[in-house]
Amino acid sequence: MTAAHPTAEIGRPGRLALPGAGARRRLAAPWMVAAAVLVALATLLPLGFVVAVAIQTGWTTASALIVRPRVGELLVNTALLVALTVPISAVLAVALAWLTERTDLPGARLWSWLAVAPLAVPAFVQGYAWVTLIPSLEGPLAGVLVSVIAYFPFLYLPVSATLRRLDPGLEDAAASLGHSPWRVFFRVVLPQLRLALCGGSLLIGLHLLAEYGLYVMIRFDTFTTAIIDQFQSSYNGPAANMLAIVLVACCFGLLGFEAGLRGRARYARVGAGADRQPQPRRLGRARLPCLALPAIVTALALGVPCVTLARWLAAGGAEIWRFDEILRTLGQTLGLALIGAALTTLAAIPMAWLSIRAPGRLQRLLEGSNYIVGSLPGVVVALALATITVRVALPLYQTAATILFAYVLMFLPRALVSLRASIAQAPVELEQAAHSLGRSPAGALWAVTIRLAAPGAAASMALVGLGITNELTATQMLAPNGTRTLAMAFWAYSSEIDYAAAAPYALMMVLLSLPLTWLLYVQSKRTAGR
Amino acid sequence: MKIAVPSLAGIASLALALISAPGMLAPAAAADDAGIVVYNAQHESLTQAWADGFTKETGIKVTLRNGSDTEFGNLIVQEGKGSPADVFLTENSPAMVLVDNAGLFAPIDPETLAEVPEQFRPAHGRWVGVAARSTVFAYDKTRLTEDKLPKSLLDLADPAWKGRWAASPSGADFQAIVSALLELKGEAATLNWLKAMKQNATAYKGNSVAMKAVNAGQVEGAVIYHYYYFGDQAKTGENSKNVALHYFRNQDPGAFVSISGGGVLASSQHPKEAQAFLKWVAGKGGQEILKTGTSYEYAVGVGAQSNPKLVPLDDLQAPKVEASKLNSAKVTELMTEAGLL
Repeated sequence: MTAAHPTAEIGRPGRLALPGAGARRRLAAPWMVAAAVLVALATLLPLGFVVAVAIQTGWTTASALIVRPRVGELLVNTALLVALTVPISAVLAVALAWLTERTDLPGARLWSWLAVAPLAVPAFVQGYAWVTLIPSLEGPLAGVLVSVIAYFPFLYLPVSATLRRLDPGLEDAAASLGHSPWRVFFRVVLPQLRLALCGGSLLIGLHLLAEYGLYVMIRFDTFTTAIIDQFQSSYNGPAANMLAIVLVACCFGLLGFEAGLRGRARYARVGAGADRQPQPRRLGRARLPCLALPAIVTALALGVPCVTLARWLAAGGAEIWRFDEILRTLGQTLGLALIGAALTTLAAIPMAWLSIRAPGRLQRLLEGSNYIVGSLPGVVVALALATITVRVALPLYQTAATILFAYVLMFLPRALVSLRASIAQAPVELEQAAHSLGRSPAGALWAVTIRLAAPGAAASMALVGLGITNELTATQMLAPNGTRTLAMAFWAYSSEIDYAAAAPYALMMVLLSLPLTWLLYVQSKRTAGR
Repeated sequence: MKIAVPSLAGIASLALALISAPGMLAPAAAADDAGIVVYNAQHESLTQAWADGFTKETGIKVTLRNGSDTEFGNLIVQEGKGSPADVFLTENSPAMVLVDNAGLFAPIDPETLAEVPEQFRPAHGRWVGVAARSTVFAYDKTRLTEDKLPKSLLDLADPAWKGRWAASPSGADFQAIVSALLELKGEAATLNWLKAMKQNATAYKGNSVAMKAVNAGQVEGAVIYHYYYFGDQAKTGENSKNVALHYFRNQDPGAFVSISGGGVLASSQHPKEAQAFLKWVAGKGGQEILKTGTSYEYAVGVGAQSNPKLVPLDDLQAPKVEASKLNSAKVTELMTEAGLL
């Protein structure tokens, strides 16, 4: 690879401090751009499908299906859900992260693990747990409650990891200038949490838009549940596709909002900084009230599902343990999760690298397309792929390749968020130094950045694996005949309100997710570069 | 971290190896030529019992793909001649009509048709009834007494019923009931009833969930099918303790008996095996499972007995509805117009 073609098409370098155009050229950019463009084009397939259907539908029919009271109801529901759940989760995550990372809270390590552990409980299992505990639980407030409980770890994880890595010197400097602790927190700490907060909030927002099982359990209609209602009534009728168009518009809104908040500041630093742990803040008399917060959150997020599962397992007795079926289901789930996670992480590397190393207009466009498809409910992606494979690539129809492809499209944002945060911590100067010492651009990339980003890659695999383990709708529509995952079996039983027979599958999903969650936890505790 | 890099690469190569190994994740897809693929919209446990019984007797393997009525009906239409399905089983008739209208069914073997009386199958013989289910009004017996029950399904449109009843409008079951209403009372009356329902009724996802809401006292009654109640009673009874069933009878639209259908795809690569499966389901073996199993759906075979716990089919005074005329597309359209979907 000669450096004949500069990376001008990537756009302006933003505020990234690069030594100059010459040095920039030596990075492995053209390869990465090509790979990222390919991935982004693939991610645009489902979106293109939805738009094509909209065009086919025609303006009169389309507007009649979009501008109607039902769509208004769904819009209010969905907006309310996002507008309440995300800020509540953010406040909760920051409070918990601060308590567990920066104070002498008794059992801080344990609480910190318990704040991540709810990730091992799939959202629709949370819904199942809550609904069997309180059968009348339904509507918007129930939606917000269970959503916060199911999804706040997506914010806690990056926020606590960032808190742990922050250079305490900055806070000391601010304190030495006479700022109060609260002022230090809001002026120095909180701004540095911005990337983590934005990334986590976006992830939660997209999950809320795409979640299905949880809201069916607690009887709360969002665009996604309504789209699936329409699909089950008419497969891919225009009504469902028009709802999908509105949902895509919601995603655009969310992405734009996040991009505005994220800004373009640089967060990496050269060198290890002051190599010391920050002094834990003494809670003193506030200890007990402060302990109440993690205790209550744990009781709600872990206690309720544990109690419910135990209750149904006990009620079901021995006959719900059909081991041959359970083991077969478990094996298939594991296979899909492992392969899907590896593929998704590989596909995300070029984009993640570009977004940190060469941010610009093209990169934003490419990255945005990845998030949009990740926020489409699985059933929209699945429908697009089913129709496309049926019409033009029949040999691929209902094969492992298609379902894995769907997983890559759906979970790319998870991989991107983990990888991007990790690459942001790997200083570009090291990559350039490796290159100036004689490594090829790709070699320098591999030897330095990819290795430094390895915790991010591991986190990405774990997050994607978790997603696949709990994925339902796309698997049902696209997987080869005879495929039965844990989620499919759980859903089949629980929707026949055979809660006892569903319980072993919920338990297996939790057990399977636990080590992945543990891995996420451990990786978030490691400090990059050490 | 030193471990993490090689392991990522290792997992990736493992992944590639697994994908390139044919049949790794698709043990049942195409590998076995003797087996048939059933697109199953019936309850999984029932069809699994049918499939197991059939395989035991004939040695022919059955692979199920589970989903819902109209979803599969429309999917088969999309797949057209490329459909991997050999057999299509539904909970209700409208999805069968959908596939039949697209000309995708093969005629059913006359021997199979002879297993089922005429009222439980369309005259053209391109699909056949394999089970039946009755519409009921499941009500909270602690709050409603017999004299306060609706006399007709149409009564539920009355403002007096506002906020007091429930249904699962997104499900194929309820949509089949609406299709019967459409067939019996016409488009205008159906749309009016649906609009009143939007005002009056609470929407749940699934009949069992609606029944659970009645049991929990959230709503006074729900329009569902009969067997959810019997199934729950046979298990823990936890979701039907306070529930009783009201049968509308009198040829009311609410006394509609829905026929679960089975058909063989014209594009099937294993037509003989597919026909044999349907014959088995409609015949003694399959109908016996309906009587003794846990599905509590009605048996429809000639001379076949249903579970003795059920109100006999003949006592239900169901309205006469030609199953081959039920129109799912129109129903979805009307329900969308009424704001229920």
